[in-house]
Amino acid sequence: MPDPSRRDNATTRQTAFRLLAVVALLLAGCSSSKDARTLTFWTIGREGEAVVKLLPEFEREHPDIHVEVQQMPLTAAHQKLLTAFAGDSTPDLTQLGNTWLPEFAALNALEPLQQRVATSAVVKPDDYFTHIWSINLIDGALYGVPWYVDTRLLFYRRDLLKAAGFNAPPRTWNEWRSMLAALSHPDRGVYGILLPTNEYEQLMSLALQQPESMLRDGGRYGNFRSAGFKRALAFYVDTFRLRQAPAITAVEAGNPWDEFGRGVYAFYFSGPWNIGEFRQRLSADRESEWATAPLPGPDGAGVGAAGGSSLVVFRRSAHKEDAWTLIEYLSRPDVQRRLYDLLGDMPARRSAWDGGSLRTDPKVQAFREQLEHVKPSPSVPEWERIANEMQLVAAQAVAGELTVDEAAAEMDRRADRILEKRRWILDHSRTPAASP
Amino acid sequence: MSPQRAAWWFLAPAMVVLGVFFLLPVIAALGLSLTDYDLYALADIRHLRFVALGNYWDLLHQKKFWSALGHTLYFVIVGVPLSLMVSLGAALLLNSPLVRCKAFFRTALFAPVVTTVVAVAVVWRYIYNTKYGLLNYALGMVGIHPVDWLGDPHWAMPSIILFAVWKNFGYNMIILLAGLQAIQKDLYEAARIDGASALQQFRHITLPMLGPTLLMVGILTVSGYFQLFAEPYVMTEGGPLQSTTSVLYLMYNEGFKWWNFGTASAVAFLLFVIMFVVTALMLRLGRRGATA
Repeated sequence: MPDPSRRDNATTRQTAFRLLAVVALLLAGCSSSKDARTLTFWTIGREGEAVVKLLPEFEREHPDIHVEVQQMPLTAAHQKLLTAFAGDSTPDLTQLGNTWLPEFAALNALEPLQQRVATSAVVKPDDYFTHIWSINLIDGALYGVPWYVDTRLLFYRRDLLKAAGFNAPPRTWNEWRSMLAALSHPDRGVYGILLPTNEYEQLMSLALQQPESMLRDGGRYGNFRSAGFKRALAFYVDTFRLRQAPAITAVEAGNPWDEFGRGVYAFYFSGPWNIGEFRQRLSADRESEWATAPLPGPDGAGVGAAGGSSLVVFRRSAHKEDAWTLIEYLSRPDVQRRLYDLLGDMPARRSAWDGGSLRTDPKVQAFREQLEHVKPSPSVPEWERIANEMQLVAAQAVAGELTVDEAAAEMDRRADRILEKRRWILDHSRTPAASP
Repeated sequence: MSPQRAAWWFLAPAMVVLGVFFLLPVIAALGLSLTDYDLYALADIRHLRFVALGNYWDLLHQKKFWSALGHTLYFVIVGVPLSLMVSLGAALLLNSPLVRCKAFFRTALFAPVVTTVVAVAVVWRYIYNTKYGLLNYALGMVGIHPVDWLGDPHWAMPSIILFAVWKNFGYNMIILLAGLQAIQKDLYEAARIDGASALQQFRHITLPMLGPTLLMVGILTVSGYFQLFAEPYVMTEGGPLQSTTSVLYLMYNEGFKWWNFGTASAVAFLLFVIMFVVTALMLRLGRRGATA
């Protein structure tokens, strides 16, 4: 006689399996089936709006390829890209910030592009700003094609400088310091410069002007205790101690453009997107009152941080050929110029600068000059995090909680902790892919 | 089909959902917290190391964990009593027979609860603005110098507490109002006949009768306030000088910003343990209060 309870168990198990099958089917229904020639292209921030306007021409030239653009806000982009990688749902191609490139290369998520560039009639490495191109080379392999570039430099109030007796922007830190001193009147709420204490780009730019790198031993340890970095940090902290910059974050700075216009700040340390912001917010007849200038260095013309975005193809893409066709289209000098006109994103290749408003706009010239003198940030996947910690410690030094020496030691301590896993991998790994 | 089996059938969908979406993730997170799962491990599973309690040990030796815990406790210790007092006050006012337009005030006071944090935080950021803010403007009228509410590490947390209390008191107020209305009216009548003052009535009737409700509201608020995240995320981004970085904010940064799921899971379990202990203590105190 069969045991009724056992049969019960069997049927329960069977029904449980059926239930699971239904769930699995439902989940399978969620994945979309895509057209064979549809490209997914992810963009970050405002570039998405401009790209949409550039695409109709591309689709006219290549009627069999359809491009689907997805826009990500800058604040969520990094997270979304990583999540896509973890969930195996990366797009065909995306724009990727220069500082994020080493991270995704270490993840082995990107398709090497060397071969395609070598045979391309459009993408010519010689035409690109040398340092910007080299950021895309990791361990000798090319993972991205620079799309647009940026770097931070000085916006300054020419009229205020002139009134204080200075006829040219600063070329050395000493000159800069004396201008800041002459233009700061903290009792009236007027400062020489705005340096938001939650942005690391400014301090990093000063640090890149030093002979020593911010990491040592192939990115195994922090090198913030080097004489060069301490000099940069001391200059940065002094600017606040001498009350030549207010110790506020970008959240409190609120609207720096109007305040720059009202003369609250004589210098503003920022990027090319602000040319458009200032033109929009300050009336046209004040155009001659402000200008841009390359960064001053410790004892001569200074280098800046190499920023911007590259175009990359994901390794898991099923349409690498089409993705490359789109990259070639977006790399054409005339298309790059149109992107500049639409958005103010500066072209990564020199030939694009030789025409249109880029050639004639005086505000842009300082950027071209600076872009020939840029240095990339250390090329380790952990860099973004280390730079954040660096700035947190620097903000403590600005607040007077740490001396420059203490801050440098603390930065090294934090960097070493973050790099622990990297050291372990470099010492144990069998795959070279993880060692950018 | 026996009734027992039928019962299991009815329970099955809920059990499956709970198991897949609740129990499984918790177990997975516990497992993760014992490893150093990060970006490298995501790229190549051979880079995953089992570290046992290493993440916990590490966290307990890091200043940033303790300062995040300190900020969270500050928020809970100051914020919870303040929130309870404000909601009790509002509930008493709404329950008073003298108040007119009760429905209107009930809605108005409950409105902050249903609006999204992000939207009201934007408004409050304007209120707190050093130069143009309403708050400093009002203080200026009585001759107080402007305060850098969100930019000064000493004032940032009080500002966040004020905002959070305003945002959340309506919810507790509604529960307390229900509790107040459940108290029998003849108790007050008897007290009045015996000549008890309003304060005495509150002390000897309202508070004891409201005890269980207050305890429940207190526990809900404490566990809610321990999970402080959205307010500093939107208002200050954890700054200035990390003075508003809470434990949950730390977990978010570790996990979703830097992709260190091992550490992030460890933070989550530490927070769970702390909240469990605090809730257990509160329950025990409440029980002792009830028997005494």
